[in-house]
Amino acid sequence: MKLFRMLGRSFRDAFKSVFRNFSLSLASISCITITLIIVAIAIIASFNVKNFTKELEKDMTIVVFLDTKATEQEVTSVKKKIESLENVEKYTFKSKNDVKKEMVKESDVFKTVMDGWDDENSPLKDTFQVKVKDIMKIGTTARKIEKMDKVSVVRYGENMVDKMVVAFASIEKVAYGVVIALILVTVFLIVNTIKLTIFSRKREISIMRLVGASNFTIKTPFIIEGMVLGAIGAIIPILITTFGYLAFYNHFEGYLFSPVIILIKPEPFIYSASLAILIIGIIVGMIGSAHAVRRYLKV
Amino acid sequence: MDLIRLKNVSKQYKNGVTAIQDLDLSIKKGSFTFVIGGSGSGKSTLIKMLYREERPSKGQIVVGGVNVVKLRNTKVYKLRRKLGIVFQDYRLLPKLTVYENVNFAMEVIGASKNEARTKVLKALEVVGLKNKIHNYPDQLSGGEQQRVAIARAIVNEPKLLLCDEPTGNLDPEMSMEIMKVLDNINKETGTTIIMATHDKEIVNKMKKQVITLKDGRLIDFKEKGTYHEAI
Repeated sequence: MKLFRMLGRSFRDAFKSVFRNFSLSLASISCITITLIIVAIAIIASFNVKNFTKELEKDMTIVVFLDTKATEQEVTSVKKKIESLENVEKYTFKSKNDVKKEMVKESDVFKTVMDGWDDENSPLKDTFQVKVKDIMKIGTTARKIEKMDKVSVVRYGENMVDKMVVAFASIEKVAYGVVIALILVTVFLIVNTIKLTIFSRKREISIMRLVGASNFTIKTPFIIEGMVLGAIGAIIPILITTFGYLAFYNHFEGYLFSPVIILIKPEPFIYSASLAILIIGIIVGMIGSAHAVRRYLKV
Repeated sequence: MDLIRLKNVSKQYKNGVTAIQDLDLSIKKGSFTFVIGGSGSGKSTLIKMLYREERPSKGQIVVGGVNVVKLRNTKVYKLRRKLGIVFQDYRLLPKLTVYENVNFAMEVIGASKNEARTKVLKALEVVGLKNKIHNYPDQLSGGEQQRVAIARAIVNEPKLLLCDEPTGNLDPEMSMEIMKVLDNINKETGTTIIMATHDKEIVNKMKKQVITLKDGRLIDFKEKGTYHEAI
């Protein structure tokens, strides 16, 4: 009972204080808002990147073309070597004939041309389609396969994949940097807001101490004030996340630029993203106010 | 029985000023004691050490069974709940009414509304301000404001009431009014009162226990004493 009364009092004081020092509160709130908007964008972007990288990984294969002249024995030896590679998840073998059959099925033109080919004079090659466990190491694995005997060419869409991986990694790094810088600025602003509240209530605090208020009672309203600032600052970013992402998703119909880049379905993604933003806002507010209380409230 | 016991207490401030030197003192439960002395004699420091605003540099202080010197900062509030404190400058909150000012002391220690209400009204009755509970401090005279401060100090029924020059800002007439209130509290509830003052007239009229300090040393301790002329 007593605890609830004290918490109720703390909440009341915290809200009062937010509005009493409104101009300064507004500065903190705006800063939290801006920070959280960028955090929100970073969250949405990074989850989407993760999502479509995963999608991409599903399709990602190393295609190993063998020499035209490779004998059956040599093919088996390559197969064994591929099997023994660490990063290989699974592989399938397609012989010249399989390839030919597939192509013939696809178009009549191929059929007329290819009908004239037999095993001896076919320009087609036996292939292995290799799936890897870790997409980041696909290049190394491909090079290892390339060095094997009787392997003529190895392809894995290296240019596109490498570029994308590098681009996303650097975007992520920049985003993290910006977010951390903004969070620091926000914490600093909150520290100042709470500091001002503490100073404006010095008299009240000194009387509280005289009449025997516990440290918990004295400190809690200020901590809650920081959390309230964080929560208020999260409102606009949450709205932006929810409606902005919905609009974005609908506008692009679930794909960005090309069908390769699949966006995450808005539900329930926007709800968990909103929750994350709210929690980040509250935690940042709490860190700022706790810091101010520790520094300026000598009890 | 002794409510307060000081043993060998010295206090030196960080700037090198020695406020109290080798003070031995015991004060009985239910007594009314004046602490007198000129400026810089250590009156305020003594009071501050009793409610643990200051720690002595040396010695032992026990208040109501609590070893004040060893009390951790986070536990000071437990001591404060057992005592009431009144200052020269009242220290009321200007934006709160008389009732709210007294109630503030109950609220911050987590008392229930009902309990607080009963105690606040009782305390305001003791100081004779029950008819002004809705007024704000700036609508009251100095004497009345000090009575509100006294009500706030006694609302939680403390064993000990510490007063640091409570009549310092008041004219003789109002001062006597305050003294009547304090004397009344002492007699009716048995609350021990320690009051620092340099008001000669009050000390001589009240004929209470008198502790005289000079340069931080105890130079006189008398039952039913008068103002020490050496000051």
